[in-house]
Amino acid sequence: MSVASVAQHSMRHLSDKAITRLRSGAEAPDLNGRRYRLIGEVGRGGMGVVYAAEDEILQRRVALKVLNASRFEGGLANRLLREARVLARLEHPGIVPVHEVGTLADGRVFYTMKFVEGKRLDQYIESVDSTPDRLRIFLRICDAVAFAHTRGVLHRDLKPANVMVGPFGEVLVMDWGLAKILADAIRDEPDRRDDSIPSLPADGDDSNSWGTGHGRVMGTPGYMSPEQASGEIELLDARADIFSLGALLRYLLTEHLPAGSPSRRDRSLDAICAKACATGREQRYSAVQDLAADVSRYLDGLAVSAHSESIFDKLARFYRKYRFFIWLIAAYLLMRVLLIVVVKH
Amino acid sequence: MNKILLGLLIGAALGAVDGCTAWFYPEVRAQLAGIIVGSTIKGLIAGVAAGIFARKVNSIPLGIMFGLAVGFVLAFLVAYMQHDHYIAIILPGSIVGLIVGYATQKYGAAPATAR
Repeated sequence: MSVASVAQHSMRHLSDKAITRLRSGAEAPDLNGRRYRLIGEVGRGGMGVVYAAEDEILQRRVALKVLNASRFEGGLANRLLREARVLARLEHPGIVPVHEVGTLADGRVFYTMKFVEGKRLDQYIESVDSTPDRLRIFLRICDAVAFAHTRGVLHRDLKPANVMVGPFGEVLVMDWGLAKILADAIRDEPDRRDDSIPSLPADGDDSNSWGTGHGRVMGTPGYMSPEQASGEIELLDARADIFSLGALLRYLLTEHLPAGSPSRRDRSLDAICAKACATGREQRYSAVQDLAADVSRYLDGLAVSAHSESIFDKLARFYRKYRFFIWLIAAYLLMRVLLIVVVKH
Repeated sequence: MNKILLGLLIGAALGAVDGCTAWFYPEVRAQLAGIIVGSTIKGLIAGVAAGIFARKVNSIPLGIMFGLAVGFVLAFLVAYMQHDHYIAIILPGSIVGLIVGYATQKYGAAPATAR
């Protein structure tokens, strides 16, 4: 029997479990010559796999994102590199920081970032019952996205699964793989790079092969703005992320409610969601800060710009804000009346 | 609105309302104006005291207890001077103190910090 036929015979008898183990072993990044020791896989996406690894020099745990072995293509490698560079320009407490980017011995591009030990937003909110607490989480997401916008970066894939909440309540916006760099930001960028390192091209720029060009639809249905869903990449601006934030806000207000609890939505919050998720981008908030300001005003018991209130709405809002005090005064007046009646009789 | 001003306004308003109820007691109706002024001043003092306390201590339960105590003491002094209507004076006066204690803690704005 030849060697080839023996191998073929053995392959035929390998169990699915063994094949999976062999495949994951083959896909595991080759960290020879690197400062990292592999701990295990923590997540898998369309483009890459995220592993937990130990930085042996600094003795800390990091997350290592490496290109999926089965999709080892030049374009994707560039996109991973691009994602790392996008993250590197976004130094903000709400955005996961990148530590290192490079190429593994097997030729795959990787980058390491802070290892976030927490829960995804969709899992975390199961333990958050209060609407104000959920809105405060939303405001922190808005902070991070607004910061990215000021750096000329659109996220384009904002959804509950791409937000992590850490053990100390820190909120981190993750997965910037679909991020779009606005052309204005590239023009404004100071010329401080080594010529040998390619700069980040703006999406929609025909000369680049990294981006997500016209007609290619990337994102998550339900969270994608209509212009993003129709592949009109050149129309995308901050308002595309505002649409996603509106969908995220609606999710926070409607999902994982405790059993028997009333709906969290009221007219003001509905109006904020509706304005953020308007089909026409001209009708949406023009900046994330405006959306966040409206949510903050709601939290403070003030009128929101998205909703023109009737006198009854104003009274209802006043009552919500001063409910306990109003009941206290009413109880006092009732006590006074009762006292007069008792003393008189 | 700052805590002291808020305490002053609510205390004065509730004190005035408190004083106006004297109209329902015919035996003191002749002194109604004096009672209203006195009751307003009593509420005002309780409100300012609660406001000052709220600036020093940031706690709703302590604010309520402080307001209640101040309202009680002031109302007791007034009732003691009249030797009459103890319940009708002390009970509302204490509750006015309680309300201003709560309001100054809950709704009063903290003083701006120096930069």
